[in-house]
Amino acid sequence: MTLALETIDLEKRFGGIIATNKVSLRVEKGARHALIGPNGAGKTTVINLLTGMLAPSAGTILLDGENITTLKAHKRALMGMTRTFQINQLFADLSPLETIGLAVSERRGQGLDWLRVVGGKPDLVTEAADILEQFQLTDVMDERTAVLPYGKQRLLEIAVAIAGRPRVLLLDEPAAGVPEDERHEILAAIAALPKDVTVLLIEHDMDLVFSFADRISVLVNGALFVEDTPEAVARDPRVKAVYLGEEAHG
Amino acid sequence: MTASRSLIARAQDSVAARARWHPLEFVFWLVAFGAIWFAPGYHLILTEVAWLGLFALSLDLILGYAGIISLGHAAFFGFGAYVAGLLAKHELVTEPALALIVSGFAAMLLGFATSFLVLRGSDLTRLMVTLGVALVLREMANRFDWLTGGADGLQGVTMQPVLGHFRFDLYAHTAYTYCLVVLFVLFLLARRVVNSPFGLSLLAVKGNPLRASALGISVSTRLVAIYTFAAFYAGVAGALLTQTTAFASLDVLSFDRSADLLLVLIIGGAGYLYGGLIGAVVFKLMQNYLALLTPQYWPFWIGLVLVVLVLVGRDRMTSWTLPIRRLAAKLDWRTTAKAADAAEGH
Repeated sequence: MTLALETIDLEKRFGGIIATNKVSLRVEKGARHALIGPNGAGKTTVINLLTGMLAPSAGTILLDGENITTLKAHKRALMGMTRTFQINQLFADLSPLETIGLAVSERRGQGLDWLRVVGGKPDLVTEAADILEQFQLTDVMDERTAVLPYGKQRLLEIAVAIAGRPRVLLLDEPAAGVPEDERHEILAAIAALPKDVTVLLIEHDMDLVFSFADRISVLVNGALFVEDTPEAVARDPRVKAVYLGEEAHG
Repeated sequence: MTASRSLIARAQDSVAARARWHPLEFVFWLVAFGAIWFAPGYHLILTEVAWLGLFALSLDLILGYAGIISLGHAAFFGFGAYVAGLLAKHELVTEPALALIVSGFAAMLLGFATSFLVLRGSDLTRLMVTLGVALVLREMANRFDWLTGGADGLQGVTMQPVLGHFRFDLYAHTAYTYCLVVLFVLFLLARRVVNSPFGLSLLAVKGNPLRASALGISVSTRLVAIYTFAAFYAGVAGALLTQTTAFASLDVLSFDRSADLLLVLIIGGAGYLYGGLIGAVVFKLMQNYLALLTPQYWPFWIGLVLVVLVLVGRDRMTSWTLPIRRLAAKLDWRTTAKAADAAEGH
């Protein structure tokens, strides 16, 4: 089995608090891997460590077997690991078209072109249009991102990450806060992600997790608790106790 | 899945719209160049407007496009001013246009060296750091009076004719034409740069550095690049002042100059390149005419205008001109025609 993403004893401390405790995560190539856990388990911290938004206190991160532990965030993105954020991180004043165009141009390493007018590369615009169509954003592509409905912004959040043509895509609660009637668009977009992209999903919504994932890791208090197939995790009494149980009572 | 041809054409057109020339822009430059022939009596003040406009354009590049606020932009202006003065005084580079470029590059080096100080921290940190750099430079110019003339200013600067042909005259006819041409050329360059993928990435960095880095953008590299680039503009503006007045004094580096500059840009509005130019026109005219009316108290009126502007501009200081610009966009027959086309298409 080949691993797309692997961490070895990954650790993050904030002062005396251990947010990530010796996490050794193994995500196979092409996997649909979910990372679940109760609130405050440290899921987003793991994503931040993986993408270089936070520096780990100890441990190693391997992307396709290559050690990226000390690489800066933008280098990791260029190496093919992109992410979405739990709270939208978009460019309020740019349009979806400009946002996606920018993401494509940066991925191609053309971001420092300072004497070519935007749109001077037709194939770049074509690629951006393709992505916008794929995420059903063409009708709003010229609007300011700030005025888009929340569901559209959520789609754009995923589209931007896809525009980076990732090998590994990290989705941080992609459906969080989306109203019920816009939800199916997000779920469809996630289901339609290219098969060759390895996906690591953080999600609270158990329906989404169990319909999507072929592998589930459970994080509790910053440490990996169980890693198994969805069926096994669903049956595991310990998981029920710490996680599903909590939710049932909550 | 592939996008249809019409969609791609629409996207292509929409992307290109950012860089398209607006009719009002032609009007602006026609008036500016027309003033060479039609307003010879105003060339002295228009010369000041031109270099101040270029200086404000420089601040707009970092503030309006990259979100770097500065209270010490005079550091680069002053540096360019002194370099131009010294080049002329010691006859190192006597041809003004060439000396101008050398002065700009000198300021650019200073900009590059100090750019690393503005990479981190909040707006407040940046205000203090830029302010500090300008203060340090001013006191160095004061201290090294054997080189700069200290508080007496740099004396004995004589200017050679521009390109060996055009002699500077008392009425600033040459000076205005010279400054305007420089301003126009550098404006065209700036316009190109802000409408490039690099320019778009600056807006991204300004809007959301976290997302920008997640896209693969090295935020610090982009900030260093634009800060260095803008320092060139400020240095050239300073050099223009020295060359057109054949004099440089400590106030080219003063805090007032940096603060006034921020005022100029806010009057005109940041983030669309013309703000600094319009602000420079308004500021210089106000300074001139209010000073005639109330020689001592004219800053009162400038202060009042500033307060009103910032209060009116709800979305902070950069976009109070937005409604006017939207109106201008509506007046643009090309945009209107396209909207009509789109309406028919549906």
